[in-house]
Amino acid sequence: MLPVLIDFFTNNWLGRALVILAECLAVTVPLLVAVAYMTYVDRKVWASIQLRRGPNVVGPFGLLQPFADGLKLMLKETIVPSSANSVLFIIAPMITFLTALIAWAVVPFGDGVVIANINVGILYLFAISSLGVYGVIIAGWASNSKYAFLGALRSAAQMVSYEVSIGFVLITVLLCAGSLNLSKVVLAQSGGFWHWYCLPLLPMFVIYFVSSLAETNRTPFDLPMSEAELVQGFQTEYSSMPFALFFLGEYANMILLSALGAVLFLGGWMAPLPFLPSNAAWGVFWFASKIAFLLFVFSWTKGTLPRYRYDQLMRLGWKVFLPVSLAYVVLTAAVLQFGGWVPKS
Amino acid sequence: MILQALAFYVFAAVTMASGAMVVVSRNPVYSVLFLILAFFNAAGLFVLIGAEFVAMILVIVYVGAVAVLFLFVVMMLDINITKLKEGFLEYLPVGALVAIVLALEIMFGLGVFGSTPGTVMTLGQHGAKVAAVENTRAIGQVLYTQYFYLFQVAGAVLLVAMIGAIVLTLRSRPGVRRQKVGEQLYRSKADAISVVKVTTRGGV
Repeated sequence: MLPVLIDFFTNNWLGRALVILAECLAVTVPLLVAVAYMTYVDRKVWASIQLRRGPNVVGPFGLLQPFADGLKLMLKETIVPSSANSVLFIIAPMITFLTALIAWAVVPFGDGVVIANINVGILYLFAISSLGVYGVIIAGWASNSKYAFLGALRSAAQMVSYEVSIGFVLITVLLCAGSLNLSKVVLAQSGGFWHWYCLPLLPMFVIYFVSSLAETNRTPFDLPMSEAELVQGFQTEYSSMPFALFFLGEYANMILLSALGAVLFLGGWMAPLPFLPSNAAWGVFWFASKIAFLLFVFSWTKGTLPRYRYDQLMRLGWKVFLPVSLAYVVLTAAVLQFGGWVPKS
Repeated sequence: MILQALAFYVFAAVTMASGAMVVVSRNPVYSVLFLILAFFNAAGLFVLIGAEFVAMILVIVYVGAVAVLFLFVVMMLDINITKLKEGFLEYLPVGALVAIVLALEIMFGLGVFGSTPGTVMTLGQHGAKVAAVENTRAIGQVLYTQYFYLFQVAGAVLLVAMIGAIVLTLRSRPGVRRQKVGEQLYRSKADAISVVKVTTRGGV
């Protein structure tokens, strides 16, 4: 019986399709639960910063609050403004949500625990994260509202600007690792936390983190939805499930960028000390705790910093991050070349 | 193999259809969105022939950057749609001419009119090479050795284009008060505050 089953799942195309489907579900379902609880953690962290209690009524310690919120959003009426472009208006939140999900296909959760171990993993992630802007810009245009449109324009300009420096950050990491494969990037950082790239590439880690705040439209870069000027930016006209999809997509994007940060700079699934186990099961644990740490920093920043002015945001992206990251690429390449540390393939 | 063939036909069909829709659709915003769909499916086709590096670069550069700026501009235009479509038949001969020239160039490159030195490899040879070396590495090996000067020239052309664009749009406006972050940061107490002993009934 067992050999027949193994044969079915490895050789039959239907069996392989079923395996791929199961793998996708095994990533997506925990991710959605993580997104739900990220909203909870976010609110708890802000509450602690402001000396409040945060959600504590629904369920023990307010743990069921995300599900109550989700249920409330689902039961609300979906409103499509009469002058909106209804097809694009509905498609836009789907694009945001989908791009946040499909990127997870290449993220390695542990040694060999990855859906698609492709050779251009970093480029794939970079490509998918650059698609997220379409959800925002289409939503802004399709809403046919000035607030939504201005928010979308701001967001598009902001995301395109900060992608440039993220690109240079990725180049420095792949110069050090010698591969575009995310699993190989993690393996290149094996052997204790002093081998992680966050130490030699510390400036790039900072630039990466700040740029990922800008990419996900989080404070201090939440200009696209700054409520004082633009109501709620590109989300102004959205309600019910389309709004929920935007919300989920944004949080999934945050978790994704944290995961990428953990893979590139914090050694992915590797244990912080070399004698600790980093096999498949423990690897998932280490990886999750690194993501959780970066997500905490996300909430911490939001609870602490005021919003940037738009010209300051553009100045930071183009006049500070771009030259610094470009110089660091040249520096890293020079050090690797003349120090004899160029990774062998 | 069945799945790959199926994927090929889906990608190819959507590419062709959305390419046609770019030209046909009435609203310019729809045209740009169909263009993005066409780019995306072309990337899928590249993945199918094993050129994953080119596929990813296509998505990053064209879908992620160029088309965003395209969409950005088109959305802000206030266009009279019916007027825009009037000249469709007028421009048809010119468009057809461009299409024919491009098709001829592709056929020339593929060696339909007899092979020329330095033409592209046929698909069979290409596949064999890809299987041997990792895609990105293969490109890097020829780009920085065999085609080094061409690569540098391409970079120089892009630099000139960029400087040209900046020169065209740069204008100096008098009377603009800019924030000078450096000056703000290097201000010290000494040159910001002066303590004055004010004499009684004398004023400052």
